[in-house]
Order: sequence, then structure tokens, then C-alpha cells
Amino acid sequence: MRRALVFGLIGGFAAWHLSLVGLIEAFAGRRLIGQGVTFSYVLLLALMLTVGYLVGRRISNWTGLLGAALAGLLVGLALWVLALLVATVDLRTVFVAASPALPDILTFNRGTGAVGLAVLLLVGAAVGFLGGGLTWLPATGRRAVLTALAIAVLVGLLRDVLSPIFPAPVMGFLFTPTGGLSLPGTATVLALALAVPIARQVLANRASSHRGSLSVRALQRRRVAARVIGVVFLASFPLWAGLFLSNVSDFVGLYILMGLGLNLVLGFAGLLDLGYVAFFAIGAYSMAVLTSPELGHFTLGFWEALPIAVAMTVVSGILIGLPVLRMRGDYLAITTLGFGEIVRLLVLSDWLKPHLGGAQGVTRIARPELGPFVIDRPQEYYYLILIGCGLAWFLSVRLRDSRIGRAWMAIREDEDVAQAMGINRVTAKLLAFATGAAMGGLSGALFASLVNSVIPQSFSLLVSINVVALLVLGGIGSLPGVVVGALALVGLPELLREFQEYRLLVYGVVLVAMMIFRPAGLWPEETRVRELEEAAEEGKTRAPAEVAAVTQDGA
Amino acid sequence: MASAARRLAVLTGGRRIDLTMVIAWTIGALVLVLVLVGSYQTLVAGRYTAGQWFDFIVFGLAQGGIYALIALGYTMVYGVLRMINFAHGEVFMSGAFSAFFLADALARRGFLESRPIISLLALLAFAALVSMTIAVILERIAYRPLRGAPRLVPLITAVGASFFLQYTFRGLFGSGVRVYPTVPLLEGTILGIQIKLIVVFLGALATLGILWAFLTFTRTGLAIRAVAEDMEAAALMGVDVNRAISSTFAVGGAMAGVAGVLYALVFAQVQFFMGFLPGIKAFTSAVLGGIGNLPGAALGGLVLGLVESVGPSLFLDGLGIPAAHQLKDAIAFTILVLILIFRPTGILGERLGSRV
Repeated sequence: MRRALVFGLIGGFAAWHLSLVGLIEAFAGRRLIGQGVTFSYVLLLALMLTVGYLVGRRISNWTGLLGAALAGLLVGLALWVLALLVATVDLRTVFVAASPALPDILTFNRGTGAVGLAVLLLVGAAVGFLGGGLTWLPATGRRAVLTALAIAVLVGLLRDVLSPIFPAPVMGFLFTPTGGLSLPGTATVLALALAVPIARQVLANRASSHRGSLSVRALQRRRVAARVIGVVFLASFPLWAGLFLSNVSDFVGLYILMGLGLNLVLGFAGLLDLGYVAFFAIGAYSMAVLTSPELGHFTLGFWEALPIAVAMTVVSGILIGLPVLRMRGDYLAITTLGFGEIVRLLVLSDWLKPHLGGAQGVTRIARPELGPFVIDRPQEYYYLILIGCGLAWFLSVRLRDSRIGRAWMAIREDEDVAQAMGINRVTAKLLAFATGAAMGGLSGALFASLVNSVIPQSFSLLVSINVVALLVLGGIGSLPGVVVGALALVGLPELLREFQEYRLLVYGVVLVAMMIFRPAGLWPEETRVRELEEAAEEGKTRAPAEVAAVTQDGA
Repeated sequence: MASAARRLAVLTGGRRIDLTMVIAWTIGALVLVLVLVGSYQTLVAGRYTAGQWFDFIVFGLAQGGIYALIALGYTMVYGVLRMINFAHGEVFMSGAFSAFFLADALARRGFLESRPIISLLALLAFAALVSMTIAVILERIAYRPLRGAPRLVPLITAVGASFFLQYTFRGLFGSGVRVYPTVPLLEGTILGIQIKLIVVFLGALATLGILWAFLTFTRTGLAIRAVAEDMEAAALMGVDVNRAISSTFAVGGAMAGVAGVLYALVFAQVQFFMGFLPGIKAFTSAVLGGIGNLPGAALGGLVLGLVESVGPSLFLDGLGIPAAHQLKDAIAFTILVLILIFRPTGILGERLGSRV
């Protein structure tokens, strides 16, 4: 029961945090199901569910369910107290998000009186109880239910994005005219989301029951088919996705490109570079200086400038790499961060203004031309970026499986041992920096041409953090992980307007939570998983005092 | 290339020289020459009066005192856990930002005018308390579960925690700049020096003194030092390691909170992003003095504050760079990079060997 109290209080605290930071109110306008259920409600309910689940997982008997209900109830109580507080005392001079509308949202529009309290307590207890009940389901069933709920929420959220893609009758069936998902729509989405994984499970079971029947050739055929579908999807994407989605996917693509570049440095060679934005900036500014007539130094075309820009970043990658060759771990991180900031400060300064445009930046950057045809729409840039990503992906795969890739990974595991085994640390690290920089530079050059201007503000530390965060989310060292990370951390926030404000808040949580609960990432690389497991084992055997302390905490 | 290296090795009496060292030293020599030439030209041109130089130095010392206080938090945590608490700048920010509301309330009721000393002490205590709490929670959530993990892992959570704190404060209190109320007692000058700068510098020194006494004379201080010396041995001697680490974060956090109020007194404004630059610079100070070394951090802070305040006018102006103060932060970063390359052990640091 004590555990239930603790989790309930933590949940209540989290609810206060979400509300006072303004997240809850920001999402009050997002209708998910019909007119009534908004994303704010879903967030609050999800919080209660999580708290209940966590309690239920610790205590696996009937008291656990009771505890889960109690914890949910506590969250409800915390919400009511906050609502009452905001309604009676004007907190706005301190907490900017404590607006008069907040109490209504928190109490599901039932007011801060006895009715609101009763509703919140009941809902909290019920949802907490359900969360505790989730632990009684078998793992696969639980995952299916949770995934289905998440998909339904996602579909509800992405209404505006989906509407140009699906024909009107489908949209009319799924959604209510002004709100979120309609009731039949919700049922359909949930049913589909539940049915597909179950069907796959059943098929997989049948396949494994007479394994011999699925020959190697059939597997190969299936893989080829999957690839063809993937290529067709990617190639036709801008044709049916519309301007907005193409624009978003352009940015996702640029981040994938950067992610692949940093992945070589951080994922393969294990060098944490927190100043990766420097290469992005150098690529973008090289493109700007070389092509923009504004500065009057050069007026090259896009295609002449592109290789020069990439070459510039390679050189700068080597220049930045040289002095930091002997540094490791956190020192390297801080030094590279310093380099990134130096680049930004130099660009921003009046000193270099005649050459780099200063705080106003540079505009009128060249567009790529193909004969008479000028690429200037996001849909057309999409293909350019896609080719860039494909190239970077191919390079990454080939490098990973090559001698130099092995050398990088050896350095990542243990630099001293790698050197003792005859790996040339200098060349290996410099190559990692140079190739990683080239990809960042390519991304920057494409970015400059896409948005047609560069301003120093686009090259802040946040870009570096973005890239590191997406690598961490997807799984450090994993190539598909880069794509997953970029879609989740760059794509989703672009699609959810209200989310922009809280993007970095969520990044912070993602970084911490991933490292604690799933350090290998969402789509991990296999060796990385093994390595982390080994490290955990090692940590256990190495520090008995700490383990004792941890178990004491747990008891 | 190889033969050239061999020839070099002969020249240096058989000591191996690798290419990176040669390049690093070239860069270092270049920077040194630039600094000397710039300083010389500025001094010859006589652009600034002695009074102006004096102002730069006083301001640099006050700023350096603040850096020193924050740097101690970095260096203590590093000494105990061998990790860089990247979110320490945000701990500093949270103290300064929270104390703003107390300061505002006090100013409105006229306390800041009628009882300035008590108000100031209350501000310092409040900021120290908030920062301390946040630092301890930070350690508990973001670092303790990962203590055995590879080195990169706590660094990434630190970056995450740093952003979480920043944007929590932004969400809670808004993204605008809040103007700190002025303390009437601290306005004006003595002997041509602004009183608030003197108070800030002395306040920083006093806090450093308190920290020294705490670490030297209390049992908790002893535990912290024991854990910093050797965690396992300390555990075997009956020191509660987790408690010692928590108190390290608590003490470091409190110092950062104090530094936050002092910073706000000098710059008179707070904002959610204000922790980033002082954080990095304090880290630079810690490295400059030798990370893990307490007097080193204090010294490093003062040195960095001075260089940053005097530097742009002294050697950047002389090189003919317009608006040199814009590059003030770039100087700090350059110093950081140069130290890490040439003397990673810092001014007072011991040899860290392969840890760097």
C-alpha cells in the first residue's frame, strides 16, 4: 500500500507539472473522439493508467489492483486540488499557464465543486484499476491493446494530415465534421489496430508449426516484395501527400541525413559530438557564400557549389577532429559543443559580417537546375533529399561492414585495446569525423537551398541536441533507428502544431527515459544490445556495495 | 610522412611525436602570437584609460566569483562520480529564477528597501534551497539508476535533464525576460567601484569559505571527501555512499543557487535559458583549474572571469576586430578547447592519465 501511495503522489506531481507547464491546456483544442474527448483528457487518463499499471506490476495479487485504484484516485485528487487552487487564487503572475480555463479542463468540465471532485476520484480510481488490470493480461495481449490505443490516439491527432490523402467518404466515415474520430470510426480504427497484429501472430504461429514449408526462396521473395513496396512508396510520396506533408518530410529527410552522419561518429566510432551543428552550418553557409549574389564574392550555380560545400565540411571535419583526437568521452562532448558555439558566434559577429551576412543572414541562394527545369518546390526537393539520404545510407552500410567500420567499432569498445591491436587511431577517428561531417554538410547545403536563406538562428545548439536525441531514441548505431528517431522527433512535432512549444521538454524526457528504461533504443542494433547487457552484468559484479544499496532501495 | 616523423623523432632525442601534437602546438602558438600582437597594439594605441581597465578588472572579478561558485558544483560531482553534471547550469538557473518571485514580493512590500540585508539573506537561502532540492532530485532520477552504465549514458541523460529543466521553467514561468528588482542599498559606488560588484565578490568569497569549512569540519564533508578519494573503500569503511553522493549534489546545488542570486544582482534579469552560458563557462573554469580540484575551480573561475572581461578589449580590439565584445563567449570556448588540448589537468590538477 505504501508503494501505491508513493506512485499516486508521483503521478499527482506529474499531473501538476503537465498542467502548470501548459501542456494540458495547449491540447484542449485537439478533439480526438467526437466533440468531447480531447487530447488533454487522454493525457490525464494515460497518466492514471500508467500509475495504476506501475503499482499493479509491483504487487501481483488482489491488493495490487486495490493499490492501483488508490494510486489513480490520488492522481484524481491532485488534479482536483490544483483545479480548486487555480480557480480560487490568481496564480498567473507566477505561473503563466494557470489560466481561468484550466480548472474546467482538469475537472472534465464538471466544475471544482463536489461533483467535480466525485467525478475525478471515480475516474481516477476506475482508470487506475484498469491500469492495474493490464498487468493480468499476457504480455502479447497487453502490447496489442496498448498499441491499438496508441494508434487510435495517433489517427485522431493526425486528422488534418490525413485528410488530403484519404478520399472524402473515408474521412467522413472516420471523423465527425468538426471534432475528432466518430464513434464508428474509433471502433474501426481500434478493431483494425487490434486485428492486424493478432492476424500476424496467428500466421507466424502457423508458419512456425510447419517450418519447412517456408523455403529460403519464399523468404527472399517476400523480402524483395517488401523492398519494392518500400521504394514505390518513397518514390511516389510527394505525388499524393500534398505540399504540407512534403515539406515536413523534407525536414525529416534533412535530419535523417544529419542523423546518419552523426551515427558514423557517435554510433560507430563512439565519439559524442555535441557540436554537430557546426558541420550543418558550414555546409549551409558555404552554399550561401558560393551562390548568393547578395555577398558578391561568388555566384556559382547550385551544382558547382554543392561539391565545394561538401569538401569544405570535410576539411572542417578534419580540422575540428585533429585537436580532439586524444580526448575521450565527456571532454570530447564539451569541446565539440564549444566548437559548435564558436562557429555560431563567429557567424553572428559584426567582424565577419561582410563575408557571412551577420545577424541578418544571407538570402537568394541558388536553386538547383536540371537543364531548363528549376527545382524550387518542396515536392521536388524531396527527391533531391531522398537521393542524398539513399547515398548516405549506402555509404553507412558499406562503411559499417568494411575494415574501417570494424576499426571504428573496436575504438568504440575500447580505444587502448584497439590501438594495441594495430588500429591506427588517428586515421580511423579522422575518417569518422570527415565522413560524418560530409553528410552534415550535404544536409546543410540542401537546407540552405531549400529555404533559400540562412540565418545564424537556424544553427543553434538545439540542432545538435535534436540529432543526438533522435539517435538515442532510434538506437545508437542503428541505421533504421535513425529513420525511426527522425520520424518521431522531427516529423511528429511538425505535424502537431501545439506540440512545438513543448518539443524540447519532451526531448529531455525522452533522453532520460530511454537511457534508463531502454538504452538500446526503439530499433536497436544487435551488437549494441549485447554490449549494454554485458556492461550491466559487469557493473553488477564490479560494485557489490552499490548493488547492495540498490536492493535495499528496492525492498 | 613516416620518414619525416622518424626524422623528427631523431631530432627530439627519440621521443615519439605524432602529427596531432605538431598540429596542436602550431595552433596553440598561433593563438599565443595573436594574443600578444593584439595586446601590444591595443596598449600602444592607448585606446582605454587606466580607469576603464580598472572597471574591466573589477567586473571580471565579480563575474569570476560567480563562475567559481558554479564551477565548484561541477568539480565536486566530478570528484565523486567522475562524470560531468551537464545540467548544473540549469540548477543555477532554477535558483535564480525561483528567487525572482521572492525578490519581487519583497520589493513590492518595501522590504528590499527597509531591511535589505535580511531580504538578501532570505533570497540567498531560498535560492540555495530550491537549487539544492532540484540537484538532489536530478541525481536521484537521472544519474543514480545509471551509475554502472557506460560513460556516455549519464552524459546523455544529463543533456536530457538539462533540457527538461529549461523547458519546465519556460512552461511554468513564461519565456520572457523577468527584470529583477534593484536593491537600493547596493546602488552607488565606493572609491569608484560599484557597491553591488563588491558585495557579489565578497559574497562569493564568503560562500567559498563556508564550503571549505563544511568539507573540512563536518562528518558529511568527511564522507564526501572519503567517497571522492575511493568510493569502494569508503563504502567498506561504513560510509553511506548514496547519502554522500546526494549531499555532494545538495552542496553543489546550494552553491549554484547562491551564485544564481549573485548573478541576478549583477545582471538584474532572469530568463529560462540563462543557465546555459554560465554553466558552460563554469565548466570551463573547473577544467581550467583542474577538474576534481576545489581550490582549482575557484581559481579557474576568477581567471576566466578576468580574461573574459579584459580579453575582448585587450587583444581582440588590437587585432582590428570590430565590436569585439560580441566574441566574449567565443574567447571562453576557445580557452576551454585550448586547455583540453594542451593541459587537460588544468592549472592545479593532478594527472588524470587516460581518463581525459
